[in-house]
Amino acid sequence: MVGAARATVGMFDTMSGTKTHDYHILPPDIVPLLTTLGAFTFTTGMVLKMHDMAGGHLVPWAGMALLLACMASWFTKIVNEAHAGDHTPVVQLHQRYGMILFIASEVMFFVGWFWAFFDFSLFPTELSKAIGGQWPPKEMEAVLDAFDLPLLNTLILLCSGTTLTWAHHSLIHGDRSSVIKGLWLTILLGMLFSALQAFEYAHAPFPFGQNTYGSAFYMATGFHGFHVIVGTIFLMVCLFRAYRGHFTPKQHFGFEAAAWYWHFVDVVWLFLYVCIYIWGNWGFPID
Amino acid sequence: MATIAHDHHAPEGHAHAHEDHDHDHKPAFFQRWFMSTNHKDIGTLYLIFAIMAGVIGGAISGIMRAELAHPGIQYLGYFAELLGTHNPDMNQQLHLWNVLITAHGLIMVFFMVMPAIIGGFGNWFVPIMIGAPDMAFPRMNNISFWLTVAGFCSLLCSAFVPGGTGQGAGIGWTAYAPLSTTGAQGPAVDFAIFSLHLSGAGSIMGAINFITTIFNMRAPGMTLHKMPLFVWSVLVTAFLLLLALPVLAAAITMLLTDRNFHTTFFDPAGGGDPVLFQHLFWFFGHPEVYIMILPGFGIISQIVSTFSRKPVFGYLGMAYAMVAIGVVGFVVWAHHMYTTGLSEDVKMYFTTATMVIAVPTGIKIFSWIATMWGGSLRFTSPMVWAIGFIFLFTVGGVTGVELANGGLDDNLQDTYYVVAHFHYVLSLGAVTSLFAGFYYWFPKMSGRWHSEFLSYVHFAVFFVGVNLLFFPMHFLGMQGQPRRMPDITPAFEHWNQVATLGYKIMAVSMVIWFINIAYAFIAGKKAEGNYWGEGATTLEWTLSSPPPFHQFETVPVIKDEDHH
Repeated sequence: MVGAARATVGMFDTMSGTKTHDYHILPPDIVPLLTTLGAFTFTTGMVLKMHDMAGGHLVPWAGMALLLACMASWFTKIVNEAHAGDHTPVVQLHQRYGMILFIASEVMFFVGWFWAFFDFSLFPTELSKAIGGQWPPKEMEAVLDAFDLPLLNTLILLCSGTTLTWAHHSLIHGDRSSVIKGLWLTILLGMLFSALQAFEYAHAPFPFGQNTYGSAFYMATGFHGFHVIVGTIFLMVCLFRAYRGHFTPKQHFGFEAAAWYWHFVDVVWLFLYVCIYIWGNWGFPID
Repeated sequence: MATIAHDHHAPEGHAHAHEDHDHDHKPAFFQRWFMSTNHKDIGTLYLIFAIMAGVIGGAISGIMRAELAHPGIQYLGYFAELLGTHNPDMNQQLHLWNVLITAHGLIMVFFMVMPAIIGGFGNWFVPIMIGAPDMAFPRMNNISFWLTVAGFCSLLCSAFVPGGTGQGAGIGWTAYAPLSTTGAQGPAVDFAIFSLHLSGAGSIMGAINFITTIFNMRAPGMTLHKMPLFVWSVLVTAFLLLLALPVLAAAITMLLTDRNFHTTFFDPAGGGDPVLFQHLFWFFGHPEVYIMILPGFGIISQIVSTFSRKPVFGYLGMAYAMVAIGVVGFVVWAHHMYTTGLSEDVKMYFTTATMVIAVPTGIKIFSWIATMWGGSLRFTSPMVWAIGFIFLFTVGGVTGVELANGGLDDNLQDTYYVVAHFHYVLSLGAVTSLFAGFYYWFPKMSGRWHSEFLSYVHFAVFFVGVNLLFFPMHFLGMQGQPRRMPDITPAFEHWNQVATLGYKIMAVSMVIWFINIAYAFIAGKKAEGNYWGEGATTLEWTLSSPPPFHQFETVPVIKDEDHH
């Protein structure tokens, strides 16, 4: 919704030089170029590291540091612009679209990993003795018990969804102390989830790289875990901003974006849990 | 906007003061071109980048055409030396061939066509055509461009480091496992993989930007059903990018972990499936070919309508034909994989689904013709290129219908027939639409006229050159010349020499094009706002040439009777 006055445009309009629209026109900015430099340094450094070449111990971390610093700078700018009043209703609508579309692309990223998982589990090869035409593969001794820690983790993530919704409703009703409580609980539950995942990885009865089971399991749940960590950081920023009083009942898209992202991460987990942990492990000896 | 550098020393520190913004004072050089948040400047950057990448990609195909003109290996050794392999043996020379086909494919797809047609023309004209002052996310627009450059740099790096048998990544643009995993040790392939990660991230952000801009920033009165068809084409393309590229990202991440972290996604010894890579790749790869051609469809619709001086025939059919192509484009991928051992039923499904795409594509071809029918035609240079497009793309389209047949493709898979087909739809389709768009909009973007005479000459020489170059490949493919081979039997020599001659003629046409650009900047006369006159009805023609640094500071209102 654009609230500004408008006029029919004529030939060579815009000579006035005063904008009458609500869109966000930005000044030139060096951060995108620096962010790219960080990303390029990181990928180049990773190549050096993976091939034990000179600089492999330093370059990727330098790139990662620059990348993170740029992201922090970029997001700080967005917050400052919100305070400066640049985020008119139509700009907030842009942000909503942007976040939804970003999450849509993330969904497609996970489609790739699920595709690999279902290829391996529905059509386990008989050519390899290690697989033996069955899923989980014949050579494996045990898998994780879906109804042990993974079930607990499922409950933890679902629970974190409810505490986040509590925080959201409190925000809409202007109850800041409950917002902070809800966010604290959500973050702690998220960290608990990550900690339990790390514990499971450390004690899992199968390795990362040996056969398709470990490959699909660790990469799919690992990318999910990475998203949980990103989401937790996103929520931490929201908590910080809630303490600062950044959010109002009418304007708090930063919070909503974090919540959408968190729910997306939650839903991905439910699919992972049902497909990989329950269905994929069905009837197999457990650890 | 005080942080924009003015002629005088503006006080720093209040970036949010829009009110004192002075629109025609452009930022200083570094700020303008390295820190840009202006959709037109970013579009210009994309176009310049695409031209540079295109020259490199085109030069690589020149080496390939020279090598293929005669039986035996003539030039690969020389170029392998040049890239740093001393006294290359035959395997290293043949490896260079793989590096050349890989680089040519990746550069032309990811660093020439996509940056030019979406990044360049999309950035320039989507906001203007919908009456918006800029893109929805101007700063993200900037990083989309720079990530594309970073991707290109990563690909260039790969040429100078070991990639298995020799220097560089020789895995084909399709990067099939196991050639790209166990078949190519060394850092080159990892550089190439990260090249796609970087440019892919840029393209996804660009897609988010275009969709948000088109849905939210249309001027009042411009409903979706009144949008110019070029905007429709970019909208559909952006959805394809958004949904297809992440699957490629997952696939090449699997390559990366298979190569470096002992996973077995594509390694049968650990239960992996090399054909899985092909499924994931083509689930991205087939939408990718529509990503390259759909914006071209949009450009051709604008041009044909303008120079027929009437609205495009069957506007809604044209818009939804592109939507249909986009949707069906996601469920036809395995027609690239007919010889991988798919069952007959699967082949029949993919044959049928692929042929369905001929229907919306036919709607487009016939509607362009119907637009011209009874129109008040003017054969300006963009119109000549557009008509050339319709003919050449149709040739590529009908060979596409042939190749869609699983049974027929068993014989034609990996022959030059396939090379001929996809060069007719891309080199002669997408690239021709790029030149059509270039001559249509160049005076708008630069403010100066190119020479119409040289544009006609450019077209004529290009048309003869590319047809000589690619049409004989149909014959060679039917005779069985395999793709991706640097050597030919003497039986293939005749038509290969014709093709190489065609390449030389095409290369001359590129020189004519550069002369034309130079002429425009040196001696070209100034272009008016609407230099095409009656028939040019979209919003870019209401602005000066070039448009002001920030256009539509007051948003235009589209009246009911305005057509697209």
